[in-house]
Parts: sequence; structure tokens; C-alpha cells
Amino acid sequence: MSELIAKERSIVIPGEALAEGMDYLPGQNTYREEEKIYSNVVGLLSLSGRAIKITPLSGPYVPKDGDKIIGRITDITMTSWRVNTGTAYSAMLNVRDATTRFVKNGEDLSKIFSIGEFIVTKITKVTSQKLIDLTMKSPDLYKVSGGRVIKINSQKVPRVIGKQGSMVSLIKNKTGCNITVGQNGFIWLKGEPKGELIAERAIKLIEQKSHQEGLTSKIETFLEEESKNN
Amino acid sequence: MTYTKRIDGRKLDELRPMEAKAGVIPNADGSAYFKIGKTTAYVAVYGPRELFPRFKQDPTKGLLRCHYGMMPFSGSGERIRPGTSRRAQEISMVMEKSLNPVLDLSAFPNAVVDVFIALPQTDAGTRCAAISAAAIALADAGIPMTDMVSSVAVGQVDGTVLADLDYSEEAYDAIVSDVPVAITHNKKEVTLLQMDGEISKEDLIKALELAKGATEKVYELQRKALTEKFADK
Repeated sequence: MSELIAKERSIVIPGEALAEGMDYLPGQNTYREEEKIYSNVVGLLSLSGRAIKITPLSGPYVPKDGDKIIGRITDITMTSWRVNTGTAYSAMLNVRDATTRFVKNGEDLSKIFSIGEFIVTKITKVTSQKLIDLTMKSPDLYKVSGGRVIKINSQKVPRVIGKQGSMVSLIKNKTGCNITVGQNGFIWLKGEPKGELIAERAIKLIEQKSHQEGLTSKIETFLEEESKNN
Repeated sequence: MTYTKRIDGRKLDELRPMEAKAGVIPNADGSAYFKIGKTTAYVAVYGPRELFPRFKQDPTKGLLRCHYGMMPFSGSGERIRPGTSRRAQEISMVMEKSLNPVLDLSAFPNAVVDVFIALPQTDAGTRCAAISAAAIALADAGIPMTDMVSSVAVGQVDGTVLADLDYSEEAYDAIVSDVPVAITHNKKEVTLLQMDGEISKEDLIKALELAKGATEKVYELQRKALTEKFADK
């Protein structure tokens, strides 16, 4: 007989027993020890079929293949740029993957990206030792210019984007800002200074109340009140 | 056996009043506060982040680094010199050893998780309060953990086995011993066991049995602190 010990949608803590019996399967952020399945992190329990999964409520960003992130150039080498990803591991962007145009031998690479600049980039490869390769070869990847870059916890990124981008387009419409969200929790806002300020506060609010229900309507009323006051 | 009634009137297995809260330091990746009687511990967790000096990097897993420190005004009036000391280094080391068994840092090669512990007020049992707080803070930071660690001191005062000694009991004018213990919740593995003073074999076994029940009470509080932080704010 298998049974669920913790309730679905409830908050669980590390080491908490979630289910007993072999009918359930350990999914993301869980592990099996003999008959029981335990949680690895603080998070919300969800069931998909027989698999038990924990959606973490906090935690570091783990770089993955294909993630679109925002990073800061920290160093320039002979043929590449070193990029800070906001994690314990910095990434490498090779000249080959940086631009479509021909780069002459010995050309000053800081003319393309200089130290301190932010770029919207994509991860092409992550090794087991967390060496990260990046690319800029896609029309939706570019250098950040103007506006502001803010950082939130990367676990809250899906909430900031919303279902099919509903949340981010709501903020875009109400504040007139251009918003680019990186999977690593860096967010680039560009628009009128006032709009940027409101958008930043709205995003911080989402981060704070990320797991509440009816979040979109709450943010909508927040944005409406803010635009009335200004 | 003259010590039958405790100085502060507690029952033999009763802990001092406890309080715990997660997420008290907004700048940190995870943080917690744990109070037991007059002993108060604040813990901030930063990381995983890049580890320097570089020779300490381990390509197979991340490193846990604890920094324990009592605040200058925290004792009973004697100024405690800030910064590290022989005692602080030892406690930092035993904290790392007691937390490491439940931590899974294999996903963070070459990186470090820093745990900073500050004690604004101390009245015995500081390493236990610090370990209990650090476990909450690490979970709050979202570091993968297989289990929780709860810690409490047990011991013997003049032949009577008790849980959670305060300073007046540690300093009692008789044969006293103080045994800080940390136990994991699921497997009941002992990850910290130290002793100061004298205790008979029988009393030690009795004291460790007492510690199992006592750490369970600490665990309940740790669990409450974590769920409260993430429940509707």
C-alpha cells in the first residue's frame, strides 16, 4: 500500500517524508530512501501522475543548456570574454560565437563588448564542472544599452514572466517599459525613468508575493494605483 | 544527589523557551535567528559562490565554511575580543562537521557556501543554538539537504541528568558535565557529540536518550520557522 504523507500544494522542508511505498516515484528535488520518498529543499509539493516533485521556493540559479540569461562582461582574453552569470561560475563567450561579422586578427575586442557592459546571451553548453559556453548568434540576443538591470531570485523568474508571458506583458503595457528577463534572475528595464521605477517596484513585489494566488490581478491594481499617483 | 530542583525551576527534560525565525537578513541568500533562553544566534548564508583562496577549491563538490563569533558584549559583562580565537575556530570546525552530513554540495564544484554566525547574547549552549539556526538558514538559502539537523545540549549536574543546561548550571559548584549533541531528524544520526566535565557511562547513555526527545522539539520549531516564512506573506 502506497500513500502520500504530505499534502499536495503544501510547503515541505528538507528531509520531510513525502510518500511511502513504491507506487510513487521520486521527481525533481526529492530522493528515495528504502520505502519512503523525502524532500531535498524547501518548496511546494506537486504531483504529476505517480511522480512527486518539489517546486523550490528559494535557491541558487543552476545554469542549463539553452537558457537565455543576462550577464556582465568581467574580463577580456585573447579570443574571448569572461561573463559574470550571477552564480558561482563565470561563463566564456568566444569571438566566433559573439558576432556574425569578420573579426580581424589582433582587433581590439573591447570595441565589441567592453568590461562592465551587460549582454543578453544564451547558454550553449554547461559541463559537469560548470564551465559555461555562451553565444550571441541569434536575433534576440544583443548588448544591453541604457535603462537599468536589476536582480531577483532566479526561482521567481517564471512568476515574473507569467503564463505565456502574461505578467511581463502586463507590466510592459502599464509602464511603457521594454523588459528583458534572464533565466538567471537579471532583468533589464528600459523606458521612461518613471516607468522604470514603477516596473522595478512591481517586479520586487512579484518576488515577494510570488506564490500567492491571484498574483496577476494584485499586480494590475498595484500598477493602476501607481500610475494614478504620478 | 543534591541537585534535584533546577535553578530556574524547569523540569529535568524541559528546554528553555525557544524562538526561531527564517529570513531575517534580506541581503543574505538565506538567514535565520534562533533563541533558546538567553542564548541568541543569528545566521546568514551566502552562496554558493566562487571560492578563494583557490587551493581550497574542490572539483568534486562544494565547500561549507562556517564563521562562528560571539559579539563583544554578549557574555556576562566581560568584553569578548571580536575576531577569531582558538575557541571560535574549534566551534566553526565542529559546526562544519555537524552540518556537512546532511548537505549535498555535489552540484556546486569549486564553489563555497559561507555561513556566518553571530551571537548577540550568550548563556551556554551557543554552538547548539548556532547549529540549529544554521540548519534553518541553509534550508532557507535553498541549498540541497537530505535532512535537517537539530542540536541541544544535555548533561549532568551533581548526578542528575538534564537537558539544555544554562550558564548557572554549567558553573554549578559540583561535578558537572555538558554534552552538546546534534542529531539528524530522519535517521537519528549523531553529527555532533562533545563533552566537557565528568559523566558516568550510565548517565551518558541516559543523557543521549534525553537528547533524542529534546532535538525533536527543536526540529518542530525549525520546521515551523521555515513553513511560516513561505506561507502567505
